[in-house]
Amino acid sequence: MPSYEKSQPPLLYPPYQSTRLRAPSRPLIQIPARYSDLSQPVYGHLPIGADDNDLTVHGASGSPQGERIIVAGRLVDEDGRPVPHALIEIWQTNAAGRYPHVRDTHPAPLDPNFTGAGRTETDAEGRYSFTTIKPGAYPWRNHPNAWRPAHIHFSIFGTSFLTRLVTQMFFPGDPLFGQDPVLQSIHDERARARLVSQFDLELTQPEWALGYRFDLVVRGANSTPFEERA
Amino acid sequence: MTDRADDLVATASQTVGPFFDFGLTTPNAALGQMAGPDTPGERIRLRIRVYDGEGAVVPDAVVELWHADASAAFPGVWGRQGTDADGACEFHTVRPGAAEGASHINVCLFARGLLRHIFTRIYFAGDPALSADPVLALVPEARRGTLMAHADGDTWVFELRLQGEHETVFFDL
Repeated sequence: MPSYEKSQPPLLYPPYQSTRLRAPSRPLIQIPARYSDLSQPVYGHLPIGADDNDLTVHGASGSPQGERIIVAGRLVDEDGRPVPHALIEIWQTNAAGRYPHVRDTHPAPLDPNFTGAGRTETDAEGRYSFTTIKPGAYPWRNHPNAWRPAHIHFSIFGTSFLTRLVTQMFFPGDPLFGQDPVLQSIHDERARARLVSQFDLELTQPEWALGYRFDLVVRGANSTPFEERA
Repeated sequence: MTDRADDLVATASQTVGPFFDFGLTTPNAALGQMAGPDTPGERIRLRIRVYDGEGAVVPDAVVELWHADASAAFPGVWGRQGTDADGACEFHTVRPGAAEGASHINVCLFARGLLRHIFTRIYFAGDPALSADPVLALVPEARRGTLMAHADGDTWVFELRLQGEHETVFFDL
C-alpha cells in the first residue's frame, strides 16, 4: 500500500492570496465508494485534429517566437497501468510570458503566431507528445515582486473523474521555485519535484527542438478518498 | 525517471489559474450541450452561479458536470463551462435517472484560488426521493439545502458558494 505523505496541496494556503476567499472552510464530507459516481465512465471526448498537439503551427503568418521544445511522457495510474486514450489539454504563455487573454495585463508582447493551447490523446501505452515553445515567467502581484516560474498548464481526463487532474509542469533549474506559493503549497519535496520536467536528450530532435520528459500519474482503482491522501 | 509500481503516487494538483479560457473553455463551448437530439430523457436547463467567501461572484471558474443517463445507467455524460462576468454558466442536459436515492448531477470545480479541484452534487428541490438518498443522509440536515437546485421558470438554478455563509457542501471522493 503506497503512502500518501502530503503529496497534494491543501485548499487553504494563505501565501497564495486567492485561496483566502475561495477555499472551502468546512471539512469535506466523505462519500463511501459504493455511493460515489467518481469511477463511473463518461464519454464524449473532444475531437482531436492532426495538428492539435503542435502549438508551433497554429499561427496565421508563421512560426512563433522562442525556443521550440518537445514535451512528452507517459500517463499511468497509481497501480502502474498505462491510461490509454486519455484527453490531455495544455495551455501556456508565449516565450515572453504573456497569455493571449483579455485579463493578462503584463506588459510583455503578444505573439500573433502563438495561440498557446493544444490537445492530444494518449496512445494505447499511455504516451503523449506535444511540440510547443518554452513559456516565460510572469509577474502576478500575489505579493511584492511575485513571479510565476515558467510553466505549462496540463488538464488530464481519462474515462472517469477518478482520473481527473489539473496541474502545472515546470522546467528544471528554474530559480523561481522557492518564491512561488502555488508550487510551495505542496508540502512534500518529492511531490513538488515530480512537477518539474526533466531535460531528455533522447527526446531532443537535432537542429530542431529540445526535449523535456514529463510523466504523469493519476489515481488508480484502489484509490483512497482525497483527504486521507493529503 | 520511473518509480516502481508500489511507489507511484498521483501527480499533485495545481490551480487552473485565471487564464484558462483559450485552452479549456472557449474552444469547447459545445461542452455545455450535454444531450444530443437522440438522447432519451427529460430536457433540463441548468444555471450555476459561483460565489466566493465574501459573496462576490467568481467570473473565472471552470465547472464540469457528469451524471448518469435518464435510466440511471453509466456510461454517463459530462460537460464543461467557464463562468462569465456574472459568475454564471449554463448547461443543457437531461434529468438523470436514479436507481438508489435521488436524481443528482455531480460537479467538479476548478478556479484560481483552488489549488485542487473540489466536488459537489446538485439535487432537485422538491424531488420526493430526496429523503431516501444515502449521500444526503450523510450531510448535516442544516446544510442539505446547499445542494438543491431550484426551479426558476424553465431553468434549474444552483448557487454554489465556495466559502462562508451558506457554504455549499463539498465531498471527499
